[in-house]
Amino acid sequence: MTSRPIERERLHAYADGELSSDERADIAARLAEDPALLAEVAAWQHQKTLLHAAYDPTLAEPLPPALLAGVIAPPRRRLPRLAAALGWIALGAALGSAAQSQWSARSDSDPFATLPHRAAVAHTVFVPEVRHPVEVGADQEAHLAAWLSRRLDARLRIPRLLDQGFQLVGGRLIPSDSGPGALIMYEDSAGRRLTLYVCVDAKDSGTTAFRFARQDTLSTFYWVEGRSAYALSGELPRDALLPIATAIHRQLAGDLPPG
Amino acid sequence: MPAEHAILAEIPRLRRYARALTGNPAEADDLVQDTLERALGKWALWRPGNLRAWLLTLMHNVFINQLRTRPALVSVDEGDLPEIPARPRQHDELEIRDLDRALARLPPEQREVLLLIGLEELSYEAAARVLGIPTGTVMSRLSRARERLRAILAGQDSPQRLKVIR
Repeated sequence: MTSRPIERERLHAYADGELSSDERADIAARLAEDPALLAEVAAWQHQKTLLHAAYDPTLAEPLPPALLAGVIAPPRRRLPRLAAALGWIALGAALGSAAQSQWSARSDSDPFATLPHRAAVAHTVFVPEVRHPVEVGADQEAHLAAWLSRRLDARLRIPRLLDQGFQLVGGRLIPSDSGPGALIMYEDSAGRRLTLYVCVDAKDSGTTAFRFARQDTLSTFYWVEGRSAYALSGELPRDALLPIATAIHRQLAGDLPPG
Repeated sequence: MPAEHAILAEIPRLRRYARALTGNPAEADDLVQDTLERALGKWALWRPGNLRAWLLTLMHNVFINQLRTRPALVSVDEGDLPEIPARPRQHDELEIRDLDRALARLPPEQREVLLLIGLEELSYEAAARVLGIPTGTVMSRLSRARERLRAILAGQDSPQRLKVIR
């Protein structure tokens, strides 16, 4: 170790540009005579370079929708698990099964209780997407149904809503708190979008009646049919959304009898 | 609301700091999310000034709380880490992991000081305010942190993998 009487902290302050110009000049002069000390200061500065090289790419990453949504539309009530669910929607694509296992470790409530919130969040995150609202488009409807059925481990039929004025846009796989879930999106001629959120539980929860939830202008009808839970969300009045939910329920129930 | 816009603009910086602090993208975004929740909850208490410093202060409090209440979260066996689906930035991932591991070996309070000054480029005084400690403590922690990081990086088998991009 050097015996030069420079306090180490002043050296760090030099490396970090914290000194006045007089002090800087003083230290610089001493460093010029002491290559070992100079190398040490250079090593500290090199650490900064390493940190920026490693972590600056984070600055350019697209923001997870969860973080955006949390700021733009903070939930009225405190829903920490909702925030977590939202986070996993964003991270799920990158982390796959890791995200799901962590989510299930964090989930501590009845999935049905959070269903409309999770659906509303998924709706809010994906509906504004212009270029990538879905992963698989309506032009590959058969593939979409087969793929989602395989991942959800349940036969998933894609409801048709042409009679209600909505065309299929497509669908995407999303994390739900019981594993893979699906989000199917529809659009009418005015560009209004509906989403049908589907998740499948390991156990059969019987059948429930429609329930209704509203968050600002977003309406959600949700129900459970055997192992599957559904939630239909849209920026529509309750009375306009109900017949669509009924149509979906009829089509799904016709194909998949409860139980 | 201007508040939201101002906070939104700070998110990338918060994510970078959280990413380096936690060593893990998922934990980092959880930390950012918890920080933002706290910020929005306390927004009425914020007085116009340095928003970034205020958010970093909140993040420090959340981080310290997590260390206290969820110690299990910090210790992840490296062998258990899932493979992240391959992206074109495979090289960066490797390099980041090396630095992640080195930083993980610093005590959290040293890591915070090192990152606030070395990565976030805060002044000693600003870092002291964020962490709620005297400037002298910032300096002594910084000194120890750099010493230790240097030793860790020097002791690694392949420090040359830490390619410098700029």
